[in-house]
Amino acid sequence: MGVQTPNGFNLDTSGKRIVVDPVTRIEGHLRVEVNVDSGNVIRNAVSTGTMWRGIEPILRGRDPRDAWAFTERICGVCTGTHALTSVRAVEDALGIKIPENANSIRNLMQLCLQVHDHIVHFYHLHALDWVDVVSALSADPKATSTLAQSISAWPLSSPGYFRDLQTRLKKFVESGQLGPFKNGYWGSKAYRLPPEANLMAVAHYLEALDFQKDIVKVHTIFGGKNPHPNWLVGGVPCPINVDGTGAVGAINMERLNYVTSIIDRLIEFTDLVYLPDVAAIGSFYKDWLYGGGLSGKSVLSYGDVPEHANDYSDKSLLLPRGAIINGNLNEVFPVNHRDPNEIQEFVAHSWYKYPDETKGLHPWDGVTEPNYVLGPKAKGTRTNIQELDEDGKYSWIKAPRWKGNAMEVGPLARWVIGYAQGKADFKDPVDKFLKDLGLPLTALFSTLGRTAARALEAQWAAYQMRHFQNKLIATIKAGDSNTAFVDKWKPETWPTETKGVGFTEAPRGALAHWIRIKDTKIENYQCVVPTTWNGSPRDPKGNIGAFEASLMNTPMENPEQPLEILRTIHSFDPCLACSTHVMSPDGQELANVKVR
Amino acid sequence: MGAGTETFYDVIRRQGITRRSFHKFCSLTATSLGLGPLAATRIANALETKPRVPVIWMHGLECTCCSESFIRSAHPLAKDAILSMISLDYDDTIMAAAGHQAEAILEETRAKYKGQYILAVEGNPPLNEDGMFCIDGGRPFVEKLKLMAEDAQAIIAWGACASWGCVQAAKPNPTQATPIDKVITNKPIIKVPGCPPIAEVMTGVVTFITTFGRLPELDRQGRPKMFYSQRIHDKCYRRPHFDAGQFVEEWDDEAARKGFCLYKMGCKGPTTYNACSTVRWNGGVSFPIQSGHGCIGCSEEGFWDKGGFYDRLTNIKQFGIEKNADQVGMAAAGVVGAAVVAHAAVTAAKRLATKRDDADHTK
Repeated sequence: MGVQTPNGFNLDTSGKRIVVDPVTRIEGHLRVEVNVDSGNVIRNAVSTGTMWRGIEPILRGRDPRDAWAFTERICGVCTGTHALTSVRAVEDALGIKIPENANSIRNLMQLCLQVHDHIVHFYHLHALDWVDVVSALSADPKATSTLAQSISAWPLSSPGYFRDLQTRLKKFVESGQLGPFKNGYWGSKAYRLPPEANLMAVAHYLEALDFQKDIVKVHTIFGGKNPHPNWLVGGVPCPINVDGTGAVGAINMERLNYVTSIIDRLIEFTDLVYLPDVAAIGSFYKDWLYGGGLSGKSVLSYGDVPEHANDYSDKSLLLPRGAIINGNLNEVFPVNHRDPNEIQEFVAHSWYKYPDETKGLHPWDGVTEPNYVLGPKAKGTRTNIQELDEDGKYSWIKAPRWKGNAMEVGPLARWVIGYAQGKADFKDPVDKFLKDLGLPLTALFSTLGRTAARALEAQWAAYQMRHFQNKLIATIKAGDSNTAFVDKWKPETWPTETKGVGFTEAPRGALAHWIRIKDTKIENYQCVVPTTWNGSPRDPKGNIGAFEASLMNTPMENPEQPLEILRTIHSFDPCLACSTHVMSPDGQELANVKVR
Repeated sequence: MGAGTETFYDVIRRQGITRRSFHKFCSLTATSLGLGPLAATRIANALETKPRVPVIWMHGLECTCCSESFIRSAHPLAKDAILSMISLDYDDTIMAAAGHQAEAILEETRAKYKGQYILAVEGNPPLNEDGMFCIDGGRPFVEKLKLMAEDAQAIIAWGACASWGCVQAAKPNPTQATPIDKVITNKPIIKVPGCPPIAEVMTGVVTFITTFGRLPELDRQGRPKMFYSQRIHDKCYRRPHFDAGQFVEEWDDEAARKGFCLYKMGCKGPTTYNACSTVRWNGGVSFPIQSGHGCIGCSEEGFWDKGGFYDRLTNIKQFGIEKNADQVGMAAAGVVGAAVVAHAAVTAAKRLATKRDDADHTK
């Protein structure tokens, strides 16, 4: 028995229900419920965003030039990407151009975020789904060294280095205070790495933790701090003054050298540590190719990283733009943010109310009125949920659809689209990665493929940083030191009424903000973010979202230990604070519920 | 705490750090906290004899910028703070366990370390919709927060969210996001505001508590004096340009390229209490003003609702300030001393205004 979804999944709720709440090692609050059959294979999956903040109504009536700071606080993990999206939306609405240097600096900051976020995600949020820390205790340090040196020229690889680390790890475990490793799923059969690979991975977990704090200094130099660097409508706030009076207070030679040295280290780390680690770990999991979900069916990317300032055409964007549906890689569709029939959000299974919930609404016309009700089959109470009823409303996340299709967004979506477009930047590294592991292209559509695409993208982004750093220096050398255009800074210069769209590719996927400005203030503001796409609940037609689809048909070693669920959900790098903030753009206030 | 738990000193000794380096670390810590040589000895003693203190780090409505900031800490390194100085037994952002296995740690900690663990809170509880705008383990986050607060020895409010409410509590505060001191009223709470706070300020506060076994000295608003008793403006390296009446007038103008004062561009440094201009950010690389943008005042209560980020402070009505920056600047251009006097007047007016704001909040 079971229910067939329009997007090709057979849902069967007859088996045992497993609840994972909280899902940890993500940003924000997420709950997952699955049904497993008698063979412990997942036959139904339910993903629930369990937080809601309401940033958009807060933006109404404010100065559009301030919006970047508010929206930046949607997420402190993908810090800056909402701010960039916001300044682009405001610039689009007001017809503001930015200097070439501002474009280079923005790209440097956005690419820096990509690399940083991908590294932190893989090592600190995702690795423990593949790596058994306790198993590392029984590794042979000498064999670990041999393994490490066989896959990379990274210098921290001597037997002594690994022996010392293992000794420290042993003492740490023996202290009885396991800290963040407490109650992990150590020893589970779902872990497949030999002890030596585990020890090597633990070493790189710690090295990456040290290194990530240096990566973000690119943000600190150009934006003053990280997390949450500063941005500016019309350019970037940091002036350039390489050798004149007062250069110490601007982007000067010392600052440029600082950025260059970080880029060099990023390239080295992605080349010699991150990518080899993913390939090595992948080689032990290459027959565990579950988790593909929607990735082989329908993927979406808005594109990002414009080569030329103010040119957001497909040709200028270095990260590809397009949509693939029905698994047809031979056709990549164009994407238009302004078309009311392309991107729409549904709320039939979300804790919001529409006048007609069979229909979706474009973000320009979005309505978000909270409506927290549980379905009739839910178990527990309103404030103590045991099991949710996915036939009713069950998530604070809306269900965005592109021309009615549930879509996956993120690194894998971007790389599949780039691959389908035949772009060498994307196709060649994918082909090489798969060839090295002896895997066919279809293997890309998996949890492992998602994790690999992220690693490939980090490496790509590190090299692109070098490109834009060189470009920045070349432009300055040619005599152009501009970083901001201020001709339309003052609200007096703005039209009475206007609207705009800004988009980026956040580390987690396609991100766009829609803004309406009236009488120099924000009239309404709407964001549709990556985890809204990936974490979406069902839509009125019954299409399941990317998280839910990815869990389907995955066997679990032990349903009491949700390791496989975590592994696949983490491969999306969920960001729940991002996904669950959308709010009424049309002036409706929320019902004020009794305050305790 | 049970046998077999290591002290911080044990941990760093077996990491190959000499006793001499250990003492150097202790005196550096003492110095960076503004404490004398006697304190260094006490730090050394504490670290040699105490096992690691369990820390429970919970997340309400927030954006995780505080966690991200914490792991940027350069001294101590985040890995040493997390693995050697404290025992971070629960933190949903980085912990290996999930679901039941994660929930079990909370119960175990309450039983085993009653009155001994530190509760660190990032984000805040929303009270509308019966608290279900933030659900954790099927229940309202606020319940879990209150439960874990009961048996904590100390509570830290990380960042602007837990301390003041931050962005989700900006008007009209749709979820009724509420600072934690409004729902936990029977315990002292250390507020470490900022969006986010500086990494080394965060690790500095935690290690102060674990090292000295007491809370750092707090100001009237519950913030550690060691980091929050002076304004950005007081220690800003661009302050001489303020005093000389040299201001940036437009983005990327000649004055901006020379690093003049950003007061006229809306800088909130004169009314913001934080350590940005002294400790600086990300290992001391820079801070907002140094990178050309004014301070947006992110460690101040209700900073989202105190006028636009590019409005000059003097234009903000509720501050009741008569002089604006142009007048201050003109006076300064003529007589430097006059500018200082004018500035002092602005400061005094602001202080009064802030008091009035505080009074309003208690209504």
